[in-house]
Amino acid sequence: MARLTLDPARQQAVSVSIATGAYGLSFGALSVAAGLDVWQTAALSLLVFSGGSQFAFVGVLGAGGSAAAAVATSTFLGIRNGFYGVALAEVLRPMRGARLAWGAQVTIDESTAVALAQPHDDLPARRAGFWWTGVGVFVLWNAITVLGALLGTRIGDPADWGLDAAAGAAFLGLVWPRLASRRAQAVAGAAAVLALALTPLVPAGVPVLAAALVGVVAGWAPHKGEAVPE
Amino acid sequence: MTPYAWTWAAIVAAGLLAWLTKIAGHTVPERVVQNPRMHRIAAFVTVALLISLAAVQTFTTDGSLVIDARLAAIIVAAVLLWRRAPFLVVVAAAAAVAAGLRALGWG
Repeated sequence: MARLTLDPARQQAVSVSIATGAYGLSFGALSVAAGLDVWQTAALSLLVFSGGSQFAFVGVLGAGGSAAAAVATSTFLGIRNGFYGVALAEVLRPMRGARLAWGAQVTIDESTAVALAQPHDDLPARRAGFWWTGVGVFVLWNAITVLGALLGTRIGDPADWGLDAAAGAAFLGLVWPRLASRRAQAVAGAAAVLALALTPLVPAGVPVLAAALVGVVAGWAPHKGEAVPE
Repeated sequence: MTPYAWTWAAIVAAGLLAWLTKIAGHTVPERVVQNPRMHRIAAFVTVALLISLAAVQTFTTDGSLVIDARLAAIIVAAVLLWRRAPFLVVVAAAAAVAAGLRALGWG
């Protein structure tokens, strides 16, 4: 029997793709529950392709918000993907043409995290981590989104399956390796408290964006002795 | 336009803006990318965003602060992460804890 062996970067890429893709079931079901149809749900996953933005988009519409508010919230939450492109510059550049267009589309939390988690001096592993995770999540996320949308209410409330808790755990798992330094821990604590304190007061999506400002403040001034949490 | 058509327009607009945001990061000039301040800000903003997404996902429902089965699930996830469990195990365990507690009628 032939055995398939993968290096660590590709193993992580595959496991992250499966974990994240499975959570597309939750998105598909929630989107239909929020009043979008199956085609609209599939189009969101194809075009927006960023979990946080997509959940926020259907969350705003489902809560009775306007189309403009849904676009604004989705876009605000996607700003971090722009920062990821900057962080990935030394891994992926130079890119142009179709490669740039496609690479941009699969620049998300997971592809960035797996790429930057590989050894700093191993460029092939970092690139493999990015592309395998980006393409892997793209394929599974889109396929499983459609499945979730079709099953819709038949799988019941996604919360009954604990999928809301799984989403929180996934974000915690992604940030965990970045919490090694005291400064990163302080930023995380302040950002979490600020986001929760603002939640009852401002529209959905704004608390997370406001929390991001804590990161801007922390990164503005140089600090010695501790590594930047990349 | 009907509400259905507005939703389609919003989906296309959100998709286009998402892609433009992503491509902007990949095409900022090298001079800016090399700036140490930009590096630090990008790194800390990532931490702040991911942790606040985790917090909001775990402790809020429809704009209200809520403590429910997700609290137990995130604690189990944190312990597993501390024990260096694989990502997939952490996510699956959190779902199982929340689903189990809710099946028992709590949270």
